[in-house]
Amino acid sequence: MSDRADDAVLHALRTGDAEAFARVVNDWSPAMIGRARAYVSTRASAEDVVQDTWLAVIRGLDRFEARSTLRTWVFRILVNIAKTRGVREARVVPVASMDPDAEAGPTIDPARFRGPDDPWPRHWLDEGAPHHWHTGTEDAAQAAISREVQDLVAAALEALPPRQREVVSLRDVHDLTSDEVCETLGLSAANQRVLLHRGRAKVRAALENYYHGTSERRQP
Amino acid sequence: MTDNHDPDDVEDVPCQDIVELVTDYLEGTLDPVTTAAVEAHLAGCDACRIYLEQFRETIALLGHVPADTLSAQAQAGLIDAFRAFSIKGRPSDRDP
Repeated sequence: MSDRADDAVLHALRTGDAEAFARVVNDWSPAMIGRARAYVSTRASAEDVVQDTWLAVIRGLDRFEARSTLRTWVFRILVNIAKTRGVREARVVPVASMDPDAEAGPTIDPARFRGPDDPWPRHWLDEGAPHHWHTGTEDAAQAAISREVQDLVAAALEALPPRQREVVSLRDVHDLTSDEVCETLGLSAANQRVLLHRGRAKVRAALENYYHGTSERRQP
Repeated sequence: MTDNHDPDDVEDVPCQDIVELVTDYLEGTLDPVTTAAVEAHLAGCDACRIYLEQFRETIALLGHVPADTLSAQAQAGLIDAFRAFSIKGRPSDRDP
């Protein structure tokens, strides 16, 4: 949202425009829940945090001095409430440098690449190389995504280690910037990218398994 | 597009490194020399181009995962709270 649009929303809220309030609640709550989940242990807790945040926003609107954007201010309140609640739930957020979810190691099975004695070491083996996915349509990106694929991606995301899930969810599902994710999760930019990369690679691998199985069934 | 998959080419980055660099590449955080090396490799390597394309597709699909949000009931409750506060608690002439 541009600063000017943000100003317009703020003006509407301060003049008691309930429709404008309903719109921001609708538009911002999904990302707020995603962000709250970094601090609290359950989805239900995250929803409580978001509700409490909006109530605090309603009460605090008149004191808000617009030194930051409205959105930044709302998310700052959210993080404070979520942190307090997270401490109550005794959820320990691991220190980034000791984060097991960010540990090094290849994201692709090394057996898919050529060995050190090959003229092209560490390049794809013919049998290891990725193949185009048989998405059943030329224009896969534009076509309606099958329910099966949607469920598969959602399940693969849910199955990631917690820190990877949080980063991938905030970046790719909720469209937060890397800076926002680093701030929320207390990560360095480099660590954020490692978690993002490892998480995305696992979701890609789940899709590859799915499409590979499909193409094998089609072409025995 | 020419095949520049020359094993003697000192700048060539092996595929096994490319697959670990795709997120940094997409984020634009690689230094210019590495970016150029990645792009030179991609130009000559079908398999890595497919890999990159699948990575982008994965990101696009993640963008379609439905996000959790507040229940309609919770949202309605908040709107009621907003209305109640606006009527009771807010001076009408405070807006600049």
